[in-house]
Amino acid sequence: MSQPLPYLREQTAGQPNYLHPDYRSTVKRSPSQPLLVIPHTLSEVTGPVYGHSRIGPLDADLTRQHEGEPLGERIVVSGRVLDENGRPVPNTLVEVWQCNAAGRYIHARDQHPAPLDPNFTGAGRVVTDENGEYRFITIKPGAYPWKNHHNAWRPAHIHFSLLGPSFITRLVTQMYFPGDPLFAFDPIFNSVTDPKAAARMISRFDMESTVPEWALGYKFDIVLRGREATPMED
Amino acid sequence: MAETPSPKSPIPSAETLYVQTPSQTVGPFFHYALPYEAGPYLASERTEGEHITIEGRVTDGDGRPVDDALIEIWQANAHGRYNHPEDDQDKPLDEDFGGFGRVPTDEQGMYRFYTVKPGAVPGLHNEMQAPHINICILARGVLKRMATRLYFADEAEMNRVDPVLNLVPEERRSTLIAERLEGSTVYRLDISLQGENETVFFHI
Repeated sequence: MSQPLPYLREQTAGQPNYLHPDYRSTVKRSPSQPLLVIPHTLSEVTGPVYGHSRIGPLDADLTRQHEGEPLGERIVVSGRVLDENGRPVPNTLVEVWQCNAAGRYIHARDQHPAPLDPNFTGAGRVVTDENGEYRFITIKPGAYPWKNHHNAWRPAHIHFSLLGPSFITRLVTQMYFPGDPLFAFDPIFNSVTDPKAAARMISRFDMESTVPEWALGYKFDIVLRGREATPMED
Repeated sequence: MAETPSPKSPIPSAETLYVQTPSQTVGPFFHYALPYEAGPYLASERTEGEHITIEGRVTDGDGRPVDDALIEIWQANAHGRYNHPEDDQDKPLDEDFGGFGRVPTDEQGMYRFYTVKPGAVPGLHNEMQAPHINICILARGVLKRMATRLYFADEAEMNRVDPVLNLVPEERRSTLIAERLEGSTVYRLDISLQGENETVFFHI
């Protein structure tokens, strides 16, 4: 058995702390003890590998999962999944979920007074291709209120969940839209205190992937954890 | 038709830096997107090994159940081999076992998986690790994935020399060790996100 090639340790400066008191739910849900650094064994460098077979053809198009078309601004969200060595991460599962154009999730716990859209669920899945690329068609999510503090509103966002090639690479994040006026007020966005790091959660408008007469394009590249060193290739 | 005009001023492109994208909370609204029907069922009737259930309650710093967490597990098969290209051990794979599970906690904060007891896998430098299951916890109010492990109380011999358990201060080791409920095949491991009996979480 060869030794597993370790991953780079997490660059904590670009990541949120578990405790971010402005986001109230972290106060009782963040560990009080420091994390224990453990070695990268076979248990950490392996992880669930998904095949294409579980993904249906409509999973990547959130506008075609019902009889009619959802209301709102149709958009194309695409990008690349890379590792910290800049190499594409192919064949990895990307799952997304979001509220509708009015800012309402189909979830039972979202009871804010905005309409549900019978033609929009807001969940999608896709597997990256050999170049690490993915593409979704959806509608632009709305902003919505939450109860974290008085007059609290979440900037428009799409939730992203990625598995990557190992247990280490698991990442859940949120994609934001450029120029959102709510950034300055949102404790979840601002839990990433380094502005350069926070900027990496913001998609960019992209004319290349904009489809004429049909939908605006937004690009969102995602970087997963990478290896310490490049393995020797024969 | 006219060409698309060039942008009037250069659009600043995000700095290309290959650093992990910042993590964000999974939030309270993932239930219609991430859980899937087979999520709690890792083992089928044909899966080799001892069929077990693992379960436990997730609680917060006030001891209240966390009813909106998502628990994921990743484990080796009964022979101690991971179903992954990087595990090149000379042990059999089980075509009826993937090793990944995912389940949301219920209203009481409980999670439950139906699986098989994993075999032992090597650590670094060919030392053996005690059988264990890797756990990932996501929840509203949890800004980054939390990672921990489940060990088995009835593997005391191996637990005593496990290289990861030995990094854990002795008084906290019990937070990682699931007890087998008497006369059953159920192992229980509660997960405390904070406070008394706080689970040991890993930096991986």
